[in-house]
Amino acid sequence: MYQFNYAKPATVAEAATLYANAEDPVFLSGGQTLIPTLRQRLAAPTDVIDLSGIGELSGIAVGDGKVTVGAFTRHCAVAESAEVQAAIPALADLAGRIGDAQVRNCGTIGGSVANSDPAADYPAAVVALGATVRTDKRSISGDDFFRDLFETALEPGEIITSIEFPIPDRAAYRKFPNPASRYAVVGVMVADFGGNVRVGVTGAGPCAFRARTIEDMLNANLSTSALDGVEVPDAGFNNDLHASAEYRAHLVKVMARRAVSDLLGA
Amino acid sequence: MNMTITVNGASHQLDVPDNELLVDLLRERLRLTGTHVGCDTSQCGACTVHLDGRAVKSCSLFAAQADGGSVTTIEGIGTPGDLHPMQRAFRECHGLQCGFCTPGMIMRAIDLVARSDGLDGGAVRDGLEGNLCRCTGYHNIVHAVLKGQELMGGNDE
Ligand SMILES: Cc1cc2nc3c(=O)[nH]c(=O)nc-3n(C[C@H](O)[C@H](O)[C@H](O)COP(=O)(O)OP(=O)(O)OC[C@H]3O[C@@H](n4cnc5c(N)ncnc54)[C@H](O)[C@@H]3O)c2cc1C
Ligand code: FES
Ligand code: FES
Repeated sequence: MYQFNYAKPATVAEAATLYANAEDPVFLSGGQTLIPTLRQRLAAPTDVIDLSGIGELSGIAVGDGKVTVGAFTRHCAVAESAEVQAAIPALADLAGRIGDAQVRNCGTIGGSVANSDPAADYPAAVVALGATVRTDKRSISGDDFFRDLFETALEPGEIITSIEFPIPDRAAYRKFPNPASRYAVVGVMVADFGGNVRVGVTGAGPCAFRARTIEDMLNANLSTSALDGVEVPDAGFNNDLHASAEYRAHLVKVMARRAVSDLLGA
Repeated sequence: MNMTITVNGASHQLDVPDNELLVDLLRERLRLTGTHVGCDTSQCGACTVHLDGRAVKSCSLFAAQADGGSVTTIEGIGTPGDLHPMQRAFRECHGLQCGFCTPGMIMRAIDLVARSDGLDGGAVRDGLEGNLCRCTGYHNIVHAVLKGQELMGGNDE
C-alpha cells in the first residue's frame, strides 16, 4: 500500500479544514470500499481523514414523519434498529442484506451513498423514498444526488452528515444479488406515499435512478399485473461479465413486480 | 502513529505506520499468525477477528481504526488443552480440511451464534456469507456451527 498521513478529527469542521489543507485527501468512513481500493493500489491519496471520531455523524432518529440516519451509522445498526424496523421495514431489510455480516459491521450509509457504486443498495432507497442528503454545506434532494458512475452532486471536500428518509405508508425492496459479493445486479425499491408510488432502481444503469414509466403504471393501477406489458429499454444499461444490459432490463421488471407483490402482501 | 489496543485481554502501546492494516499488526507485530489472509479483495473472511465484540475483516481495517479498541483473535478464545466449544465442534464434526479458512470461520461462527437465538442450517449458511472455504463444500462447517451452538448453550464467548 502507498504511504499516506492518517488523521482522526473530532468535528465536521475540523475534518473539512484538514481536507482543505491537504494535497490529495480522501475521507475514510467504514473503509469497506476505500481500504480494498487502497490495498489494490487503485488510489494514492496523500491524506486519509477518518470520520469515525465525529460523534455527531452517528445515530438514528425517528420523528416528524422521517427517519434520519447519521452518515457514520453502520449497516448493522440500521438493520438491527427497532425504530427503523418499525418505521421503514424495507430500509432495515435492505441494510441487513448488504454484503456479509463483517462488511455490515463496518460499512456506513454515508460511505455507501457518497461512493455511488452502480451496484450499491442504499442508493435505491435514497431515490425511491425521496430522501434528502444533508451535508456540511447544504441539503441535496435524493432525485438530484446520483449523477453517474461513482459520481454524485457532492463537491470535493463536502461531507455528508446525515440522510433523511420520509416514512412511506409501505415500501419493499427486492434485489437480484451477485452470488459472490451480494452487490445488486439489479435492485428495485417500490414505495407508496398515500397513493403516490415512487420506484428506485439500482444496479441497472451507471447510477441509481427513478423508473418513471413503472411509477406511472403503478400510479394508475397498483398491482403486479399492471407491469405485465411494461417495456424497460436497456439503452445505457450496464453490460459486464455479471449480466448483459438486456438481462438487467428484464431483471428490473421482475424485481419491480416482486417488490410490488411484497408491498401489497405486507 | 501511537496507539493503544487490547488484544486477547492484553493491552499494547504501539507506534505503527499510518497505513498499517489491522491484520498486519496482529500477524507481523504481535505474531498472532492464527488470523489468516486469503485474498486481497475483502471477500474470503479468513482474516475475521472480533473488534469490540463484532466480527470484522481485519484485512479491511487500518490498525489506526482499532485505536482504543479491544480485539479478540482465534488465539484468544481457547487453548489446546481447553478448546472453545466452537473449536471442539469443528474438530468433532470434521468441519475443516486444510484449515486455512477455519480461524475466520470459527470467529464468525461465535459472533453469529452469540447474536441469534436458535439458528437452523439455512440461517448458518446465510450467516457465513462472508467466509469462503475452498475445501469442504461447507456441509460439515454448517454441521459444526450447529453443534457449536448446542455446545455453547447460552451466549458465552
Ligand atoms: C465483500 C464486500 C461486499 C459488499 N457488498 C455490498 C452489497 O451487497 N451492497 C452494497 O450496497 N454495498 C456492498 N459493499 C460495499 C459496502 O456497503 C461499503 O461499506 C460501502 O460501499 C462504503 O461505505 P464505507 O462506510 O465502507 O465507506 P468508505 O469505504 O470508508 O468510503 C467510501 C467512499 O465514500 C467517501 N465518503 C465516506 N463517507 C463520506 C461522507 N460522510 N461524506 C463524503 N464522502 C464520504 C470516501 O471518501 C470514499 O471515497 C460490499 C463491500 C465488500 C468489501
Ligand atoms: S483476507 Fe480475505 S477477506 Fe480479509
Ligand atoms: S478447510 Fe481448506 S479452505 Fe476451508
